[in-house]
Amino acid sequence: MPEKRKHKKKSSSKKRLPRKIEKSKTIIEISEMHKWFGSFHVLKDINLRISAGEKIVICGPSGSGKSTLIRCINRLEEHQRGQIFVDGMELTDDLKGIELVRSEVGMVFQQFNLFPHLTVLENCSLALVWVRNLPKSEAEDIALKYLERVKIPEQAQKYPGQLSGGQQQRVAIARSLCMNPKIMLFDEPTSALDPEMIKEVLDVMIELAETGMTMLVVTHEMGFATAVADRVIFMDDGQIIEQNNPKDFFEKPKHKRTKLFLSQILAH
Amino acid sequence: MNDKDGQNKMNNIDHQSLTPPRSEIGLLGWLRKNLFSSLSNTILTVAAIGFLLWLLPPLFEWAILDSIWMADSRKECWAKMEVPEGAACWAFIKDRLGLFVYGFYPMDQRWRVDLSFILLICAIFCVLYEKLPGRKFGLMFAIAFPFITGWLLIGGFGLELIETDKFGGIMLTLIIGVTGISFSLPIGIILALGRRSNMPVLKSLCVMFIEFIRGVPLIALLFIASTMLNFFLPPGTQFDLLMRVLIMVTLFSAAYIAEVVRGGLQGIPTGQYEAADALGLTYFKAHWLIILPQALKISIPGIVNTFIGLYKDTTLVIIIGLLDPLGIGRASLSDAVWAGLAKEVYLFVAIFFFVCCFAMSRYSLWLEKRLSTEN
Repeated sequence: MPEKRKHKKKSSSKKRLPRKIEKSKTIIEISEMHKWFGSFHVLKDINLRISAGEKIVICGPSGSGKSTLIRCINRLEEHQRGQIFVDGMELTDDLKGIELVRSEVGMVFQQFNLFPHLTVLENCSLALVWVRNLPKSEAEDIALKYLERVKIPEQAQKYPGQLSGGQQQRVAIARSLCMNPKIMLFDEPTSALDPEMIKEVLDVMIELAETGMTMLVVTHEMGFATAVADRVIFMDDGQIIEQNNPKDFFEKPKHKRTKLFLSQILAH
Repeated sequence: MNDKDGQNKMNNIDHQSLTPPRSEIGLLGWLRKNLFSSLSNTILTVAAIGFLLWLLPPLFEWAILDSIWMADSRKECWAKMEVPEGAACWAFIKDRLGLFVYGFYPMDQRWRVDLSFILLICAIFCVLYEKLPGRKFGLMFAIAFPFITGWLLIGGFGLELIETDKFGGIMLTLIIGVTGISFSLPIGIILALGRRSNMPVLKSLCVMFIEFIRGVPLIALLFIASTMLNFFLPPGTQFDLLMRVLIMVTLFSAAYIAEVVRGGLQGIPTGQYEAADALGLTYFKAHWLIILPQALKISIPGIVNTFIGLYKDTTLVIIIGLLDPLGIGRASLSDAVWAGLAKEVYLFVAIFFFVCCFAMSRYSLWLEKRLSTEN
């Protein structure tokens, strides 16, 4: 069940002690986290706890820090204050720890970011061979299994440049799934796609959600949020403004800014 | 029916391919399209044909038809011609071919150079041709090649020692060229990565090195190598002149390669780094597997350009007293028996360099085509 949390700032005197996850179910815990890009305060006092298996949709106007937030979870961005625990490990400057966390957290990008010089199969099996140290044949078996799951095993020998956007994004999802991650991060996975290709990617994501994967999805696909999300988080100006289950979030938004945002994206 | 036809036309699904019109195919079509498409094109075509007719037949006559291949001196050569000096006297090049190829390498030891040439061809083939069965061993051989050849050419361990000042001609060009090319690429890549590093000390060291080397002419560096390097070494250190030249040429070209590769690295979108990071790849694995293969592919034209430049710059060693083919040619011209055959000598040297550089250029084009992953 989605957990309701106050998003109001706590007084900083009541600083929480650093501790590992208290409930075994919690897989990501972010507390009092701040981030700056130079002098720009991009994330302000983020507090978020996510249980294993939860599906979270994060939305908000552009520049609200939603992408930055999920990029902090696998430390593509560094946070400057506060703490982030992923599966019990705190994200710090320790490189070894970060690579371990990253191999447990899959990420799908808006621009797919497939490796254009490698075939689809090599894209998927690369990390299994070089991070997980599996033999090549075994890695390719796993890669093919996941390519079947995203329904493009027949494209395995092609190069990414020969596929459509939707196919590329499905390969990108398969590439992340190959590592058997505990958490999947999606950074606007359908924003760069032609309209007719959005559905094939969302279908794969919905299927993935049904397997019980923990998912954090930055998206404006409100249909997807309604169908899949346990919790919808609305961000604006670097803060979490409101979070709720999708039904209440869309039907009874509490905050003024949420109402404004929803009226804007649902208007057309 | 009509409706269906119309639809087919729109979708182009069942539309049969028709043979293109006459003017589009065949020799005639090609000629019209490429050589005579407009008035200015026609004028250019005619002018170009005229130029070639004026240039090529006399050149062919001079260089091949009337040329003399058997003679013992320039006088004999010219005596054999209908018009003295009216044709090429390749007998001169033939007479000096040993000098052109081996420099002053002792006659009875030249088999060592021959063997090195054969090994070089094998090594190049192993490195450049990927589909070779058992390429792993080929690459191991290629890595061992410089050491095997170094031993073969210099000697020791059972072979007669030959001083490097006996090296010369094509052999010397190949030694400097191949060493420079094969060592400057890895050094250049390391410098380029260093220049993009987040570590300020490493970064500024690389920048200083690259900018210093690029800011000084190669000739100056060669003079430094031949005269000044001793100041920096402990007194009494014997440091072979050829070795110093090899180091300087390699460093010189490495600085250029570094800038070419840096350009390639800048062409890689940040998304590639992020995707590699997100999969948990380390810095070195990400660069080795993801970043460098793409960056080097973009850099191929620039890298080969630098290599061709380096290969031709090997002629500069003449200034510090090493005799490459050009130096040998100039030295041969001062021989009273043959003096006056400068055209033949320079043409021969030009052809030698052209063949090598053109081969590099063609290989790079082929490689670019082969590495292309787009449709």
